[in-house]
Amino acid sequence: MTTQSFLLLVAFLAVLLALTYPMGLYLAKVGDGTRILGLGWIAKVENFLYRRSGITADSAMGWKTYAIALLVFNALGAIVVYAVQRLQARLPLNPQAFANVSPDSAFNTAISFVSNTNWQGYGGESTMSYLTQMLVLTGQNFFSAATGMAVAFALIRSFSSRSVKTIGNFWVDITRSILYVLLPFSVVFAVFLMGQGVIQNFSAYKDVTLLDPVTYTQPKNGPDSQPLKDSKGDPVLEILTTKTQTLAMGPVASQEAIKLLGTNGGGFFNANSAHPFENPTPLSNFFQMLSIFLIPAGMCFAFGRMVGDIRQGWAVLGAMTAIFVVTTVVVLIAEQQAHPALQALGVDQAASALQSGGNMEGKETRFGISASALFAAITTAASCGAVSAMHDSFMPLGGMVPLVLMQFGEVVLGGVGSGLYGMLIFAILAVFIAGLMIGRTPEYLGKKIQSFEMKMTSIAILVTPALVLAGTAIAVMLDPGRAGIANPGAHGFSEILYAFSSAANNNGSAFAGLSANTPFYNAMLAIAMWFGRFAMIVPILAVAGSLAAKKRLEVTAGTMPTHGLLFVALLVGVVVLVGILNYVPALALGPIVEHLQLFTH
Amino acid sequence: MISILRPAFVLFAALTLLCGVLYPYAITGIGQVAFASQAAGSLVSRGGQPVGSSLIGQAFSSPKYFWGRPSATSPMPNNATASSGSNQGPLNPALIDAVKGRINALKAADPANIAPIPVDLVTASASGLDPEISVASAYYQAGRIARARQLPDNEIRNIIDQYRESRYFNFFGEPRVNVLVLNLALDQRRP
Repeated sequence: MTTQSFLLLVAFLAVLLALTYPMGLYLAKVGDGTRILGLGWIAKVENFLYRRSGITADSAMGWKTYAIALLVFNALGAIVVYAVQRLQARLPLNPQAFANVSPDSAFNTAISFVSNTNWQGYGGESTMSYLTQMLVLTGQNFFSAATGMAVAFALIRSFSSRSVKTIGNFWVDITRSILYVLLPFSVVFAVFLMGQGVIQNFSAYKDVTLLDPVTYTQPKNGPDSQPLKDSKGDPVLEILTTKTQTLAMGPVASQEAIKLLGTNGGGFFNANSAHPFENPTPLSNFFQMLSIFLIPAGMCFAFGRMVGDIRQGWAVLGAMTAIFVVTTVVVLIAEQQAHPALQALGVDQAASALQSGGNMEGKETRFGISASALFAAITTAASCGAVSAMHDSFMPLGGMVPLVLMQFGEVVLGGVGSGLYGMLIFAILAVFIAGLMIGRTPEYLGKKIQSFEMKMTSIAILVTPALVLAGTAIAVMLDPGRAGIANPGAHGFSEILYAFSSAANNNGSAFAGLSANTPFYNAMLAIAMWFGRFAMIVPILAVAGSLAAKKRLEVTAGTMPTHGLLFVALLVGVVVLVGILNYVPALALGPIVEHLQLFTH
Repeated sequence: MISILRPAFVLFAALTLLCGVLYPYAITGIGQVAFASQAAGSLVSRGGQPVGSSLIGQAFSSPKYFWGRPSATSPMPNNATASSGSNQGPLNPALIDAVKGRINALKAADPANIAPIPVDLVTASASGLDPEISVASAYYQAGRIARARQLPDNEIRNIIDQYRESRYFNFFGEPRVNVLVLNLALDQRRP
């Protein structure tokens, strides 16, 4: 690892930790439902919304009611996202006159944005009207993140409460998450991003006159707008020259801010955070990376505070950070490697004071190797999925780490809310395994873990590997699945494995060479995204409901402490073991083979 | 059920209005007041005519200009309405062929230059719109541009040094230079 990479990682972790602790205490107040000093004006808006919607803020729900409310709200969201895409040609704010989105793509995108995945089969600047982007896609960026926070708050309360039948009020949880956290932080961040150069306007795409005209070739179309073929059946090419460049515009900054804060990751533009209008400077990039981790890391301390023992939060964050640092170092080293074939061609790939060197294919000059690799690890450790470099062009092991981080179940920081509830499920598994080893009824935070909790925990942990591996297997067996592959050999398999890992774990990044905007992939990945999200949330709410009804046992000499190094090591071990047992065979067929092929010559 | 449907519909509508309409318009308003130029795309004008955005790369191919990062957008390079990387994996033969083609083009334009070519000058950027190249890549091209413009080598290097951006504290940011800004400076020095 270069000194630069090391310093960047240290600086990032230091700033993150400094911001995270106060953030966690603030999030605890939001989750507790208590008044927050100085924010009475938000409370007025909050109460107004409750009155108009017929919500009694202090009436808590049982877990089933909570789950139904959550599913109804998200299903409603999916329908609206779908409808607006299918009608966008007739709706306002469409200066480029984009057509309605095709049914399969609109369906995929609706599920994708509702499930906090933000997988994108489409290219934003060539598909979506401004109205679609800001009204429904930006809207769902908020709602899906708030849904994750709500589930995390419900699960935390089930540990801290004593013998109650309720886990909280879903409407209150999402409203408070949006009003007190997501919206105000997005406003501040969006303004900062504009200062760095992120665009925010509603004008039509702008033409500029080039200094140096561009000559290019493209397939010639006949009068029926089908590509012309010559006598041999090859496409006829025409040579064209253009003196103008057309710049895509749009309300980008507002969507960009919540894209990262909500660990959504769906870019306004096709190139996502690699696009200079989304992420123009190293400084904007640094803050984008911070904002991805800000809430997921803060939730750990919110958890500690809400269960009355901040050390519990440190333990969970410690386990997450340990996995994060080790895996990040692998990407940082892998991407700085020289490509053997390029070395043979005499290309200078060494890092120096004049260039970043390394594997620059699919990376931006302003981010270089260190910031691109760090961003890739962060965006896949959290279930964000924004990209500032093209993961498909990473070195084999550099691309394997993002894949593995998703396959761990998005619990290494993870998504907003979803990272914490995912990790707490692994914590339950960890105390269960520890309990088996010492022959004692396992308990976590004073709540007994019994057969019902373990059944639900097993479902929540196994649903995503089942979706990933079954989906990948189906896709590589069928022609429409194999047709999407862009790169030959083992890398082609990795593209499919990455797509399903990303979808089922609600990440949304891609090995983007895969042509996924086809009816086959739109349908398959939508299924993976929906069940990867909600077939995990519902069992977790069931666990919450069951735990809430239990007594909270006092700590005795026989209680296994869950805040020490031993427990952190156990938790890391469980996450890594489950991930590796599920995925090693698949990884061996993809990035590991590719690594051996690349470096044996 | 009505006790769930009413909050669902009303809250969804109200929060959509707040997050999907009021919020983006509020940010747009703030942008027009505080960061009007950035919010509109950081456009660069010459003689009253917009000639590009300082954030969006252009495909220069004439020997007298600095060339930017290769771009994998289609149908033309640096298509700012369809950003994209190449997505070619490290073992893809098409990647190696593309790099060879770029090396040949650079050598054909400057046969006397035997320095190793910096990697960012022969690999496609992530967005296809990268506005910058490494300082190494700018220096590599200095000799060609000096000859095409009949200027001394060190004058081109001075222009690069004038506009280059640094890596702060040895880790923050990358040594790089904006290609459009450089080329406008060249044209101003000697068209």
